[in-house]
Amino acid sequence: MNGYNFTLNGTDLTALGSGALYWPAQNLLCVSDLHFGKSERRARRGQPPLPPYETRDTLSRLEADIAKTDARMIVCLGDSFDDSAAVGALLDDEKLWIASLQAGRRWIWIEGNHDPGPVNLGGAHLTELCLQPLTFRHIARMGEKGEISGHYHPKVSLRLKGCHLSRPAFLIDKTRVILPAYGTYTGGVRSTDSCLQALMGPGAMAVLTGPVPRPAPMPR
Amino acid sequence: MAPLPDLFKTWFAKRGWSLHPHQQAMLDRSTDSALLLIAPTGGGKTLAGFLPTLVDLADGKHQGLHTLYISPLKALAADIKRNLRTPVDEMRLPIRIEDRTGDTPASRKKRQRADPPHILLTTPESLALLTSYEDAARTFEGLKRVVVDEIHALSESKRGDQLMLALSRLQSICPGLKRVGLSATVEDPAAIASLLARHPDPCDILLADPGPDPDIAMLETPQAPPWAGGGAAYAIAAVMDQIRQHNTTLIFHNTRAQAEIFFHNLWLANDDALPIGIHHGSLDRQQRARVEGAMQRGELRAIVCTGSLDLGIDWGDVDLVIQVGAPKNVKRLVQRIGRANHRYNAPSKALLVPANRFEVVECLAALQAAFAHDLDGDSRGPGPRDVLCQHILIRACAGPFDASELYTEVITTGAYAKLSREDFDACLNFCATGGYALRAYDQWQRLLQRPDGQWQLRDPRASQLIRMNIGTIQDSDTLKVRMKRARGGKPLGEVEEGFAASLSPGDTFLIGGQIVRFEGLRDMTVEVSRHKGRKPKVAVFSGTKFATSTQLSQRILAMFAQDDWPELPDHTRNWLHLQRQMSELPRANSLLIESFPHDGREHACIYGFAGRNAQQTLGLLLTKRMEELGLAPLGFVATDYATLIWGLEPLISAGPLFDIKALRDGLDTWLMGNAVMKRTFRASASIAGLIQRNTPRSRKSGRQATMSSDIIYDTLAKYDPDHLLLDITRQEAMRGLVDFGRIEEMIARVGPRINLQRLPRVTPLAAPLFLEVGRTPVAGAAQERLLAEETERLMQAAGLAN
Repeated sequence: MNGYNFTLNGTDLTALGSGALYWPAQNLLCVSDLHFGKSERRARRGQPPLPPYETRDTLSRLEADIAKTDARMIVCLGDSFDDSAAVGALLDDEKLWIASLQAGRRWIWIEGNHDPGPVNLGGAHLTELCLQPLTFRHIARMGEKGEISGHYHPKVSLRLKGCHLSRPAFLIDKTRVILPAYGTYTGGVRSTDSCLQALMGPGAMAVLTGPVPRPAPMPR
Repeated sequence: MAPLPDLFKTWFAKRGWSLHPHQQAMLDRSTDSALLLIAPTGGGKTLAGFLPTLVDLADGKHQGLHTLYISPLKALAADIKRNLRTPVDEMRLPIRIEDRTGDTPASRKKRQRADPPHILLTTPESLALLTSYEDAARTFEGLKRVVVDEIHALSESKRGDQLMLALSRLQSICPGLKRVGLSATVEDPAAIASLLARHPDPCDILLADPGPDPDIAMLETPQAPPWAGGGAAYAIAAVMDQIRQHNTTLIFHNTRAQAEIFFHNLWLANDDALPIGIHHGSLDRQQRARVEGAMQRGELRAIVCTGSLDLGIDWGDVDLVIQVGAPKNVKRLVQRIGRANHRYNAPSKALLVPANRFEVVECLAALQAAFAHDLDGDSRGPGPRDVLCQHILIRACAGPFDASELYTEVITTGAYAKLSREDFDACLNFCATGGYALRAYDQWQRLLQRPDGQWQLRDPRASQLIRMNIGTIQDSDTLKVRMKRARGGKPLGEVEEGFAASLSPGDTFLIGGQIVRFEGLRDMTVEVSRHKGRKPKVAVFSGTKFATSTQLSQRILAMFAQDDWPELPDHTRNWLHLQRQMSELPRANSLLIESFPHDGREHACIYGFAGRNAQQTLGLLLTKRMEELGLAPLGFVATDYATLIWGLEPLISAGPLFDIKALRDGLDTWLMGNAVMKRTFRASASIAGLIQRNTPRSRKSGRQATMSSDIIYDTLAKYDPDHLLLDITRQEAMRGLVDFGRIEEMIARVGPRINLQRLPRVTPLAAPLFLEVGRTPVAGAAQERLLAEETERLMQAAGLAN
């Protein structure tokens, strides 16, 4: 598979170029911060109406990753919806699309700060998920081991012979992985931001997303 | 003839002044619905514009706002206020004059809406904001005249379009409103008149005596200019000599970075410690104000500056203007020269300093055009629709409106006179619903149609956001630069975010004429310390790089057709003769392409003479075509006159490259994914109100992850390719950064006459291109390869390689 393989808490994992994380032993695919319904929520609040296509764009990328890995378990790591009302506002064909992806798979919605309540779509709704030896939760906690989280939308900027390149990135150290945001309408926080610096231990790596995921030392 | 009241006659007489003929004419024609005055700087233009107002207000009977004065610069509004005070105070006229800009305190702004002064001095953006309030009709009640100063500058940008749309609104509130435009010398006064007048009203043009011809020459230096580059460091000693011989010299540069380098070099050569200042748009406001103050008091011998000093603030005793670098545009040159010698009827003195060998030719062409009064200008085409979208949103802030009435009002604006109802409705639909093929927001429309047919904002709170984002000026993302101190040191100015991101602690750069050392980023501010070095890295400023005008390019091509060039200095003359021996010189009615091997690579040099932006776009399009044709291009560099492409395979046949249809397809397909198009989109999307740059939330924490406009662009291109904003982006691509219009023009001009010269080695005319900076690697696969190399290098360096 086109991915970057690494080990966390003794478990082999693969960071995919799309920003999804694959756990071969469990045949589990994890994506974070989908932010479905972002454009709808903004319009509802009187902000400019963004092109209302981000949910289908995110779904088509997720569908491709599911097809590629044939994962039987999908973990959406929180902030799957831009807010609770956005769940209800999904268009019918988008809801059907989600249902068709869920068919025959275990699907878990981890709660995030944007979507704390249960959702009326299929799948289980959990605060966090422990699958020994790993824990899946939305926001990283200090001192945890074997933790997979999202929330921060990490990105990395590199200087390449005169031009700048900024890409969403996985941040990986000995105890945790922070996933990049998977949703189409998401910005990012640079890895040099103080909160990410505080969370990630010495020797942390960044894996830049793209056609081929590229590992690099996490810029400090 | 309208007689001047006695009070005014006495005042003029006491000062020993007499009315200029054009000032009398403005008074005589004060009832014209629109009138354009073209006068040189120093011709008493402002007084001519205000005289009818002062006379009308002298009896103290008028209540409320009488005259609105609009200028492109805040500083100009303040300057005019000072100048108007003199006659008003000395004649004890009962006239209240106030200005209103972004710097005016909120309390005074609020008071001005309820109780406006007789004369209000403001900018296009502040006026647009005023019209967005519900009480606009009351504020403007009784308004009789509007004076648009420096209208030639406004007419070249979207600021002018926004202003004229605001005037169409004012005209509906005050049907008797008279419009006056004040302009410097321009190539096509009628075009400006048609923008100014309420369409289809007439607008007469008054031409003041232009005064004597300026005294312009090329600066002669013992040393020949270099082959490439824009620094003009070779001319420092000669320029220093000129400064010594004159009272005050203005030294204009085309870019802020060049101004910084030149000032630095000038300072190193300033053995007599003459007081010399620097002034450009990226410097801190206080720093600029200090230089302006010193200049007005006559304390400076020279000011190194950019377009920030182009407009008419009166600087007093300037007796020499130096233009460093080819002027790119004859009209701007003539207007800059007008800054010298503000005494009416005295010739202005100016010197041109070519920065490199090719610019010698360009400067000579510009000189000849200036002598011939042959000014250039590109027509701007119909009124831009992104500005119209913003106008519709501003109108909605002021209260419910009828679509047909607004349409009728909009087409009284010259630039929008030909706007179809269909296009207007598309803009209205965009403002109301986003205008997407997928109708997802019926419940949350921005504008709603009420049962009575009027349109209004669904959520009245949206008006705050719309007001915060009024304006059409596109600041690129910049960061403030400060001295590092415990409590935040002295502000120096700003640099582009991209430049700031490229700095590592210890790097040095120039700002405001001093070398500073980068210490770090704190709270979105670049912190620096003083540094004593002599060789800085240079700040990349956001100042526009102007492309050489079509007309000036044509003059250069015409000059190339001469048998000899006795008017050129020998070094440049010999260079052109050598080019003619080894290859040939480019001609107006054909396209010269030179193809030659050099340094182990194949090269193709395309002399399109289409201006920097179009030559850059041509490079993008041609390398794509060359990739398809298997010529393996590796990169290119563009100047105002040529594009040099290098690659692995020689170019043997050029015809297939220049198929206009294929190039046009390239624009529509793959160029749409290019960064330049994305920047064009970003500008239009923020003007049209899809992207809001200012929000009430502060962006201080840096934690707030803002989404890039590129994502919106990519999403639209993928799911809604016929969307209004993409259509606007394609239209904008005809000029500006993409400038595809000039590629089309060039292809139409040369027709099938493409002249490919296969040569054994690099030619004299192509050689300077090898020294140009700003090389563009061919993107796509190349970028991924660079990323792979860089990440591997970093892994190796960290000892993490597998």
